[in-house]
Amino acid sequence: MRPALMFGALAFALAAGAAAPALAQNEQFIPMADYRIGPYAAGGTGTFGGFIDYLDMLNKRDGGINGVKLTWEECETEYKNDRGVECYERLKKKGPTGAAMFNFLSTGITYACIERATADKIPIVSIGYGRADSSDGRVFPYIFPLVTNYWSQNTSKIKFIGMRSGGMDKLKGKKIVNLYHGSAYGKETIPILDLQAKKYGFTVTHLEVPHPGNEQESQWLQIRQLKPDWVILRGWGVMNPVALKTAAKVGYPRDHIVGVWWSGAEEDMIPAGDAAKGFIAAAFHPSGTNFTVIQDIKKYVYSGGHKGNLEDMSRFGSIYYNRGIIHGILNTEAIRTAQAKFGNKPLTGEQVRWGLENLNLDDKRIKELGAYGLLQPLKTSCLDHEGGGAVKFQQWDGKKWKLISDWIPADKDMVRPMVEESAAAYAKEKGISPRDCSKE
Amino acid sequence: MIYREAGQLKSSYEADQQIFPILQDRIAFLGLLAAAFVLVPLVGNDYWFNAILIPSLILSLAALGLNILTGYAGQISLGSAGFMAVGAFAAYNLMLRVPHMPVLASFFLAGLVAAVVGLLFGLPSLRIKGFYLAVTTLAAQFVIEWALTKFSWFSNNSPSGVINAQKIVILGVRFETPVRRYVLTAAIVALLALAAKNLVRSRLGRAWMAIRDMDVAAEVIGIPMLKTKLLAFGVSSFYCGVAGALWAFAYLGSVEPQAFDLNRSFQILFMVIIGGMGSILGSFLGAGFIVLLPILLNVAAHSFFRGGVSQTLASNLELMVFGALILFFLAVESHGLARLWQIGKEKLRLWPFPH
Amino acid sequence: MDWSFFLEVAIGGLLAGVMYSLVALGFVLIFKASGVFNFAQGAMVFLAALIFVSLVEKKWNLALAFAATLAAMVVLAFVVERLVLRPLVNQPPISLFMATIGLAYLIEGTAQGILGAQVHGLDIGIPDTPIQLGAINVSRFDLFAAGVAIVLVALLSVFFSKTRVGRALRAVADDHQAALAVGIPLEQIWVIVWTASGFVALVAGILWGSRTGVQFSLTFTALKALPVLILGGFTSIPGAIVGGLIVGASEKLAEVYIGPKIGSGIENWFPYVLATLFLLVRPEGLFGERRIERV
Repeated sequence: MRPALMFGALAFALAAGAAAPALAQNEQFIPMADYRIGPYAAGGTGTFGGFIDYLDMLNKRDGGINGVKLTWEECETEYKNDRGVECYERLKKKGPTGAAMFNFLSTGITYACIERATADKIPIVSIGYGRADSSDGRVFPYIFPLVTNYWSQNTSKIKFIGMRSGGMDKLKGKKIVNLYHGSAYGKETIPILDLQAKKYGFTVTHLEVPHPGNEQESQWLQIRQLKPDWVILRGWGVMNPVALKTAAKVGYPRDHIVGVWWSGAEEDMIPAGDAAKGFIAAAFHPSGTNFTVIQDIKKYVYSGGHKGNLEDMSRFGSIYYNRGIIHGILNTEAIRTAQAKFGNKPLTGEQVRWGLENLNLDDKRIKELGAYGLLQPLKTSCLDHEGGGAVKFQQWDGKKWKLISDWIPADKDMVRPMVEESAAAYAKEKGISPRDCSKE
Repeated sequence: MIYREAGQLKSSYEADQQIFPILQDRIAFLGLLAAAFVLVPLVGNDYWFNAILIPSLILSLAALGLNILTGYAGQISLGSAGFMAVGAFAAYNLMLRVPHMPVLASFFLAGLVAAVVGLLFGLPSLRIKGFYLAVTTLAAQFVIEWALTKFSWFSNNSPSGVINAQKIVILGVRFETPVRRYVLTAAIVALLALAAKNLVRSRLGRAWMAIRDMDVAAEVIGIPMLKTKLLAFGVSSFYCGVAGALWAFAYLGSVEPQAFDLNRSFQILFMVIIGGMGSILGSFLGAGFIVLLPILLNVAAHSFFRGGVSQTLASNLELMVFGALILFFLAVESHGLARLWQIGKEKLRLWPFPH
Repeated sequence: MDWSFFLEVAIGGLLAGVMYSLVALGFVLIFKASGVFNFAQGAMVFLAALIFVSLVEKKWNLALAFAATLAAMVVLAFVVERLVLRPLVNQPPISLFMATIGLAYLIEGTAQGILGAQVHGLDIGIPDTPIQLGAINVSRFDLFAAGVAIVLVALLSVFFSKTRVGRALRAVADDHQAALAVGIPLEQIWVIVWTASGFVALVAGILWGSRTGVQFSLTFTALKALPVLILGGFTSIPGAIVGGLIVGASEKLAEVYIGPKIGSGIENWFPYVLATLFLLVRPEGLFGERRIERV
């Protein structure tokens, strides 16, 4: 019977895949739970392309990290939580020492794996997404929302709007519309915006765009009625170009729309064409290829007819690709940091966790990495799993992104209490007793 | 030779009406239970419990719920995931807000809450039929998802709308390890499946099937339309609700309303159709097929094409093969996997003398 | 109440509704002729738009790219007839529905696997800028889309009522077996109707694609078409247009006027609730044929 044969073949493949032997022992395994199909495939292919190319470059240029070769395996999550969990379970024990850490590039999968990963002692790195309150390392020892979380980023955005308006005191009486994607992700910044509105005296109106957001006529007509001074775009996927197109249609100036970084990739702008010109988006790193590290990737990975992980070279140096490089740098630097303590050998997730918690990338180190200007200085600790917290702003000129601000630090005094309060509530719900960081 | 009913004479109505009238079936069923509760917990590993068995079982339960509604009572619904969401959030809120709430009771009550919501959205079925009904049940799907995201009371004011399921403790025993969560899930699913099997053989089940086959005729012979159809929605939603609660508590630990989006509803419907409409066994086979196949394809694609084909193409090939296999199975046997199983049994009955 | 704003929302909604109708039309064509609820229509919109935009980016002339894409859709129609419809003939509607879901995966995988997951912009030279009509702004692009929809419906109506093939199509829709008995070739009819629906998908894909960009989310346009179908009836071409107009206008008005009272973001489910309420009164849809059931 044909179906039986087919199943037999598949079962064999499963067995073969599961039993792939770990031949060389001096290898550090980094799982790649990525997504290459579905509505967010552009983000997945770009970011994981950069991530994998960076690891590839390290292997080819330096022979890995201090002689430990990096290996990886991809697993398709389709951006779905249950598939993500399956990938986590499939890859967590691969390699001689198990998975070093996981990057899911999905807030939902990150949430779903928090408890598992903590129990299995494998860190989860969520760079620029995930649970904002997991910045509190006392309650979330294995979760690392590195660089900046959604709440921090939001305070930077209000600071930026303040700067543009001529000072934070000028925000008083201003009208801001928060146009958000109708999902858990979209809702997440509502409380902190309300808090800031109270502090600075502006009014904020929250307008929801239902998923997927390919039609926004009514929202933008409402915005035209409200005549806000600024619109904050908390978009996702197709919602971004449609927002800009519809803004153009109702005549709202695009240079008064400020987007989150999920609204700030080339892929979000290209479909909007001319309507995107002038739009401003937050970024925790710039685009472009003018960095030593990216030139190294070109030299070591894409030379002599070799191909890297990225298929479409027109995306080399794009926002998503560079975000992947940031992923590569931060993850491997954590391994390097941990090696300094535990020795130059393949490390367990628990050991890598120590590295993630003791990251210290100052300007000198970032220059050595060839990523000056690409990455901001970053220092993590037991208390603070976020590290950086600053954001730059970039403007779309119709062809590419142009940086229009320096690093704008977050309002940590406002974010930190919220993080701690939320983390404490989580700890209470889950019966976790927070670590005492003075003893670490 | 081995499998045949010849010689198994029935001397009472009870014997004739039991679930598995054939001795070999009874033995096989007991064997299956023994395997599920003794053998699997002994030999399974974390990967199988966490990533395969628990989600497949839970989705089987949801598929079972939908099968009651669609396969037995003939009402197509695309809102199953919405009812799962109701169950998950109801169980969470019951545990959160009612002091000393036992976990199992909260699952049961969550199922009831989902049933009530299901009844409400089942009301239009009295007038609307076929694909029109399918599309109106989408209203349930979207309204529920919207309400759970919109009103933060449901998620205890969590800023992201994600709920963290409480720990499962039953009579002082903590169900935290994968194997324990598996056993708990399997027990609940087995119990409810058995209940369903009996339900569809009851007077109510026969009334459902009468409505499915021809509702006007059913009404003419005196089957109360309102009560029977609504009960189908209620019971079906109960099953989906319990499945949702298990999804949050026994499987993921934390869920957001988007975990129960339209895709999940479709996924459950696929399970019912591929598994076999109007078959309890089919719900399990269908869930196994829909959950396992993409994973198998992913593993296969990544081991066969390692380095050779581009990864993006490999991922897309998986999707294509998945689609093609659905078409293939529908062409071979459009009544689902359960029917294939049945045909197999028929053949076995005649074996080794097929003529 | 600000009446000019009300009018503007209503008109914006009507024009958005036309865009929904374009997708709904594809569903109607196939349902009418073969009784199949074609879930793959969204995937077809995506595939058509992706082929078209890939050709345009290779500097093809717009008309030539259109013709080439249409040829691809004809090929698709043949493939579907061979691989999906013929093996599944006489199966219950739910199996056929399931088969079209399998088909949707196949199309999505093929499209993204061969043409890439990249997001494309599409500019067909019609500016999406408003023109003033009194106190009201109307987008040029929306007007163009409405014009295209009118032409399309006119073409399809003529095709169905005046041509020989069209009459055969209606015969098939009425009764498969009777049509077969009088010698209408069912396979050919299927290919023709899937081609027609591929043509509609191409038009919808170009219009939607130039507004939202050509990307995977074009497959979601199908969701917007479903309430249109319920309101208009699964088998009526004018119904698809009228249903689209009603859904478009009512969801925009609801979002703007009811939304702020109960929390915004209601336009995703509002059309479904509206359609459900409507069906309670008229279960066969606006233009659907009334069924009489006998025992």
